[in-house]
Amino acid sequence: MAYLGVKNVEIKGIAACVPKLSEENITSTVFPTSEDAIKFITSTGVERRRIADSETTTSDLCYLAAERLISDLNWDKESIDCLILVTQSPDYILPATSCVLQHRLKLKEECYALDISLGCSGWVYGMSVITNLISSGSFKRGLFLCGETALKFASHSDKSTWPLFGDAGTCVALEYSINANEIYFHLATDGSGYQAIIIPDGGYRNPFSLNSLSYYQAEEGINRNNLHTIMNGMDVFAFGISKAPESVKNLCSYFSIDQNIIDYYTFHQANFFMNEKIRKKLKLPEDKVVYSLKDYGNTSCASIPLTLVSQLKNELERNKLRHIACGFGVGLSWGSVYFETDKIVCSELIEY
Amino acid sequence: MELQEFITNFANQFEETDSSVFTKDTVFKNLDEWSSLMALSIIAMCDEAYDVTLKGDDISNSNTIEDLFNLVKSRA
Repeated sequence: MAYLGVKNVEIKGIAACVPKLSEENITSTVFPTSEDAIKFITSTGVERRRIADSETTTSDLCYLAAERLISDLNWDKESIDCLILVTQSPDYILPATSCVLQHRLKLKEECYALDISLGCSGWVYGMSVITNLISSGSFKRGLFLCGETALKFASHSDKSTWPLFGDAGTCVALEYSINANEIYFHLATDGSGYQAIIIPDGGYRNPFSLNSLSYYQAEEGINRNNLHTIMNGMDVFAFGISKAPESVKNLCSYFSIDQNIIDYYTFHQANFFMNEKIRKKLKLPEDKVVYSLKDYGNTSCASIPLTLVSQLKNELERNKLRHIACGFGVGLSWGSVYFETDKIVCSELIEY
Repeated sequence: MELQEFITNFANQFEETDSSVFTKDTVFKNLDEWSSLMALSIIAMCDEAYDVTLKGDDISNSNTIEDLFNLVKSRA
C-alpha cells in the first residue's frame, strides 16, 4: 500500500511556460484527409499544441517558469535549498539537467538538486519527493520543475503521437510551514506495461545505431523509427480508465477524504475521450474537472501544473482551494495527490 | 455473463451499424464502422460492464464477437 501523508509543507506559487509556436491539428499534414483530422480532434479533444523550436529544450521552458515565479514571489535565491526536475527530455544524457539549472538559476551551492525520469505520473511523484524533503524542516524552500518536450521524440508522420503531444515547462514553489495542512498521496507502479509507451533505441539496452534511423510503417498513418515514441493506444487507454479512478478512490478512502469537499480535480491531460471515461467512473461533475488539452495537448508530466496555471489562475490567487490531482501513464506509473492552496501566487502563463 | 447481453452491449457502441447486424459470429474488424476509437469504446464497455481490463492484443487476436466474449468471460 503506497500511501504517504506529508506534514508541514505549503505550496506558495506556480508558473508555466509554453513555446510561442502553435500547430493547428485541423490543418496538420499528419492526417491523410481533413475528415481524419476532425475525427481525431473530436475524440482526443486536442485542437492545437505548442511546439518548442529546435533550440529550445525542456530546461529552457522550466528555467523561464522558475525565474518568473521566484520574482513574483519575491524570493531571495539564497533561501532556496532544493530543486527537483521531472522530465524525460533532459538536456544531456549526463550530467543531470537539475545541476545545469541550479547554476543557470544562480541558486546557492548548498542546494540539493535531483532529476527524476517519469512521464505522465511525474508531477504527483515529484511532489511526493520534494514535499518529503521539505517536511522535516531542514530544507525551508524548494523549487519543483516539471517539463517535457515530447514532440522532439514524436514522429512527424505518426498520427497517434504527433497531433496529441505538446511541449511545456512548469515550476511549483514550496515552503516549510508548521501551519500547513497535510498533503496526501497514493502512488503505484506496474512495470509489466513498460512497453506500452516506449522509445526503444538510444538508451543502453538498445544503443543508438544506424538502424535506429530507419523508418518503418507500423500501420497506416504511423511511420516512425526506433528513436521515436511508440504508443500502444489501446493498452494505455485500458490502463488509464481502470487505474486512474481506482487511485483517486483509494486515496479518498484511505485518508477519509469526502469527494464532495474537493473544489477541483485536475487529471493528467491524456486525451478527452479517456479523461471523460475517468470522470464519469468517479461520478464527478463537469465543473469540477479542469481541462487544458484543447489548446496545449498532452504535455506529459507538465499537464497538471499547466492546467492549473492556464485554467485556474484567478481561483488560485483569490480563494482557498482543495485539490485532487491524478497522473497516469508511461512506466506504467500512476498516482494521486490531495493538496490545498490558499491564495497562492500564480504567474501569468509565459510564452517563449 | 450471457452471450446475448454481451452482443447487445457490443452493438450499443456503434452508431451507424444496425443492431441486427451483430451476431456471435460477426467478424467485427470487417465492419465499416470499426475504427481504433471503436476499439477503445469496446475496451471501456468491458471495463464498465464486466470489470475486465482488455489489452490491445486481446482485441487484435479476436476475430468474432464470441471470441471476445469468451475472453472476457474467462476473466470476469
